[in-house]
Amino acid sequence: MPLSPLQLCLLFSSALFCVGLVGALARSNAILVLLGIELMLNAANLNFIAFWRYGSASAPAGGVLFAVFSIAVAAAEAAVGLALIIAIYRHQRNVRLEEANRLKG
Amino acid sequence: MTAALILIALVTVGSAGVALALRNLIHSALLLVASWAGVAAFYLWAGAEFVAFAQVLVYVGAVSMIVLFAVLLTRRSRTELTLDSPSLVRAAAALLIGGALVGILFGAIIGTGIETPAGAAPHVTVRDLGTQLMTVHPAALLIVGAILTVALLGAVVIAATERKEGGDS
Repeated sequence: MPLSPLQLCLLFSSALFCVGLVGALARSNAILVLLGIELMLNAANLNFIAFWRYGSASAPAGGVLFAVFSIAVAAAEAAVGLALIIAIYRHQRNVRLEEANRLKG
Repeated sequence: MTAALILIALVTVGSAGVALALRNLIHSALLLVASWAGVAAFYLWAGAEFVAFAQVLVYVGAVSMIVLFAVLLTRRSRTELTLDSPSLVRAAAALLIGGALVGILFGAIIGTGIETPAGAAPHVTVRDLGTQLMTVHPAALLIVGAILTVALLGAVVIAATERKEGGDS
């Protein structure tokens, strides 16, 4: 049975999600962990657009609006996360997550 | 049509995987730019042009710049850019979990007969989007604006260096 385009889109997004998950779990550098999380967010956005494209939508702009809001929130998350990484670096002089256990002081 | 989707998927997932496996952080960040551009190409393929341009502006343009700045601000010396190799136990455990999740998701997706309606992509112009934003979802628009403002101010506060004057304070 050939796969339908929606199934291909879902396979694409789940592969991207798992790549991000493996990256976030395996690496100890905080920047790479954050990039893995960004990849997982992107995979979720792919699903929004895929279901918008192939779904029977009652509100035709709903999926696009949801994806745009999701991108905006992801951008805010990236900015705060990288600021936290810089703060950790200033305290510890490195960004290895095993040694990062406090932000105070 | 399907071949283009498979090509986009291969480029995106491949560059993301290589990026997260590399030891040079600059190379990782640049490869992730390629991966985000691949996601934008998927949005174009699916007919969501506005989301594609938002993705290019936000991820390829802005987030990649912040990541590069963070990489350059957090290296310890001028020459050191590569990381020490990650612990093998953690890498193996992460690969195990990721592989199991891939198996579960792929099995579920392939095993489920999802019918796709053969219709064309829903046609949504930027004008429609703007009208929807300003008439149906103005509260969401305001909340996103507030979130972005608070998050960016918070990022500045967290990352700002405090200069110690005279040793106390």
